Amino acid sequence: MLGVLRRKVACQGAHAWGLEQGLRVIASRALSSSAKETMTVRDALNSALDEEMSADPKVFVMGEEVGEYQGAYKITKGLLNKYGPERVLDTPITEAGFAGIGVGAAYYGLKPVIEFMTFNFSMQAIDHIINSAAKSNYMSSGQISVPIVFRGPNGAAAGVGAQHSQCYAAWFGACPGLKVLTPYSSEDARGLLKAAIRDPDPVVFLENELLYGESFPVSAEVLDSSFCLPIGKAKIEREGKDVTITAFSKMVGYALQAADILAKEGFSAEVINLRSIRPLDRAAINASVRKTNRLVTVEEGFPQHGVGAEICASVLEDSFEYLDAAVERISGADVPMPYAANLERMAVPQVEDIVRAAKRTCYRSTALAATA
Amino acid sequence: MACSATAKIIHNPLMLSSSRSAEKYESCCKISGPTSLLGSKFLGKKLLSAKSAISPASRRSGAVVAVSSDVVKEKKLKSSSSAASNLLITKEEGLVLYEDMYLGRAFEDMCAQMYYRGKMFGFVHLYNGQEAVSTGFIKLLKQEDCVVSTYRDHVHSLSKGVPARQVMSELFGKTTGCCRGQGGSMHMFSKEHNVLGGFAFIGEGIPVATGAAFTSKYKREVLKENCDEVTLAFFGDGTCNNGQFFECLNMASLWKLPIVFVVENNLWAIGMSHLRSTSDPQIWKKGPAFGMPGVHVDGMDVLKVREVAQEAIGRARRGEGPTLVECETYRFRGHSLADPDELRDPAEKAHYATRDPITALKKYLFENNLANEAELKAIDKKIDEIIEDSVEFADASPVPARNQLLENVFADPRGFGIGPDGKYRCEDPKFTEGTAQV
Repeated sequence: MLGVLRRKVACQGAHAWGLEQGLRVIASRALSSSAKETMTVRDALNSALDEEMSADPKVFVMGEEVGEYQGAYKITKGLLNKYGPERVLDTPITEAGFAGIGVGAAYYGLKPVIEFMTFNFSMQAIDHIINSAAKSNYMSSGQISVPIVFRGPNGAAAGVGAQHSQCYAAWFGACPGLKVLTPYSSEDARGLLKAAIRDPDPVVFLENELLYGESFPVSAEVLDSSFCLPIGKAKIEREGKDVTITAFSKMVGYALQAADILAKEGFSAEVINLRSIRPLDRAAINASVRKTNRLVTVEEGFPQHGVGAEICASVLEDSFEYLDAAVERISGADVPMPYAANLERMAVPQVEDIVRAAKRTCYRSTALAATA
Repeated sequence: MACSATAKIIHNPLMLSSSRSAEKYESCCKISGPTSLLGSKFLGKKLLSAKSAISPASRRSGAVVAVSSDVVKEKKLKSSSSAASNLLITKEEGLVLYEDMYLGRAFEDMCAQMYYRGKMFGFVHLYNGQEAVSTGFIKLLKQEDCVVSTYRDHVHSLSKGVPARQVMSELFGKTTGCCRGQGGSMHMFSKEHNVLGGFAFIGEGIPVATGAAFTSKYKREVLKENCDEVTLAFFGDGTCNNGQFFECLNMASLWKLPIVFVVENNLWAIGMSHLRSTSDPQIWKKGPAFGMPGVHVDGMDVLKVREVAQEAIGRARRGEGPTLVECETYRFRGHSLADPDELRDPAEKAHYATRDPITALKKYLFENNLANEAELKAIDKKIDEIIEDSVEFADASPVPARNQLLENVFADPRGFGIGPDGKYRCEDPKFTEGTAQV
């Protein structure tokens, strides 16, 4: 159904691309002969949107500043020029209104990508995300599906204060009928956004503002326009055998740094990038815990009823006998995000917190970790 | 205006529509309470000034004036009870309208019976008295046009063509219902008939309707399909104070979407009177503020509603943009079947009972020799049989099977995630049978 063009990436030499914007960065970098391509998360998202919009004319983008401003965070840069104002719509400041319009358009056959400038503003539209998007397929008994994507930056940025820093993974992750995705790397961003746009159900796509500028290596497969990641499968970013650390979004980076530090001290940590909060890949998490027998969950959001709480419950239900130590839950502080830089640092998990927690789980018991 | 401290609130329907026999109901707003004293005076003044600002209208076939920022010329329509020199409808149309309104009324009455017998449960909101609005508008639509409604959606669904059997089964919670029992009274969806719900939150349907209209325009302009589908959004007077309403008036007008916003102003939001909750109770005026025509019509008269609807739907189909239509109507029953309906004055109810839209249409048909008693009785009988049949059908239908609980949460059931065995849960046969653990 999708007229997908296969674009082969050659690692060597110059290429002529159809895509103007997103991959210009890569094209310029790819001149060295055997270097792996790198791509920023921003470009990954932009290129994914671009490719999906060109493949399917029913996909359109709607949100504040997505058009002429090129996107509040430049994720939709160049799309207005390429696809015109009927497919890249700048809206007035009416989240409830335009989220609802997106849902109505999705009911009736289109594939909207609704951008919230940050997910904090999604609270203005949460009635539509939950009540008219998530629940509709069920209420109509399958007659009306809602192939919509709600995307935008989620979680803490730097010094933006309490009303701009909340993480919504746990709230949206609690709702049946939604799929909630949290990419970390560029590969995640591209693959998951493409999967989300193609998915016939409502997807909440939680990005992270501080990750937008980070570069990650991407393989040729990732750059292919039909690349897609499955929804509901976590990724083992780093294999290990002493302790399992689960994380999503920006915290994956922190967890990997913590794993490096732990490695130097003789601990082998397995880092799981959840990628998908709903559905949660309980199988992967449990398999990992059965291997390492210890678990540390990391998230940036508030602790009560958080993602970590759900993971702990899942592990207790499925792998209780395998645990050699109590599960450690690392989350943001149970306070609205403060503004002062030092306080903000204290309110968000840091690498040292993860390292300490991992060590605590390892000292809890003298029994050796059973191997799978 | 006389004011008695202990008087209950009586509402004078706004005296804008000429044919309203409101003149008979001459007593003013007897409103108790200090603020309402001001309110009533204010209202009186406003009514007068509004009236004088309205130009004496053209006869019935005048077009609704597309407004920029001026006050809308209000359509003055002839009273349906006066003999018309040229009739508004043909005999066939008249019978169709009558049948549809009677279907709505009989269905809702049956719902009340079934509810009190325990066959129906939860929240049930009945539409008695407002049939003229539903019939007047929806009977002008094609199958591809969309209707979005609120929780008071049984009759909208019936008018749009959803079979009575399916609606009744849905209300009974049976698997043969239009949503297989998963939606209920407040969530009627039908893809086949383009009924996009059925929303419990007031105001929620308006952006969804605007989105459906957006799709219509998108299909025409971007996908280059031949699409002139129109969407109707039905909602009440209480919704007109909600933010989403204004957001959508703005965007619909900004992007010239093919939508008609139909306000079923029945003067009451549960127990909150429209006049107590709204700073300017004349809802039609909110249209011109956003650059679209605002029209006020007597919602107890199906012929008048139909005329206005024709204009508004025609406008939308031609791509001229949205219209806001305020239909003044009344619900004969309480807000829902659980509502004891104590706050409304019996005199008000009695007054509106005399303006029953079905009786009014009957009178029109007889006076203009479009139908006789026997034909209408035959229609009544036919509809009664349909309703009885729908009840029997619903009664005899099975309740949803156990495995239906987990169905339809996602269009792509892999959304249930991966099971403990590492494979997608939906691939496990036990899951779909409803016996596996979730």
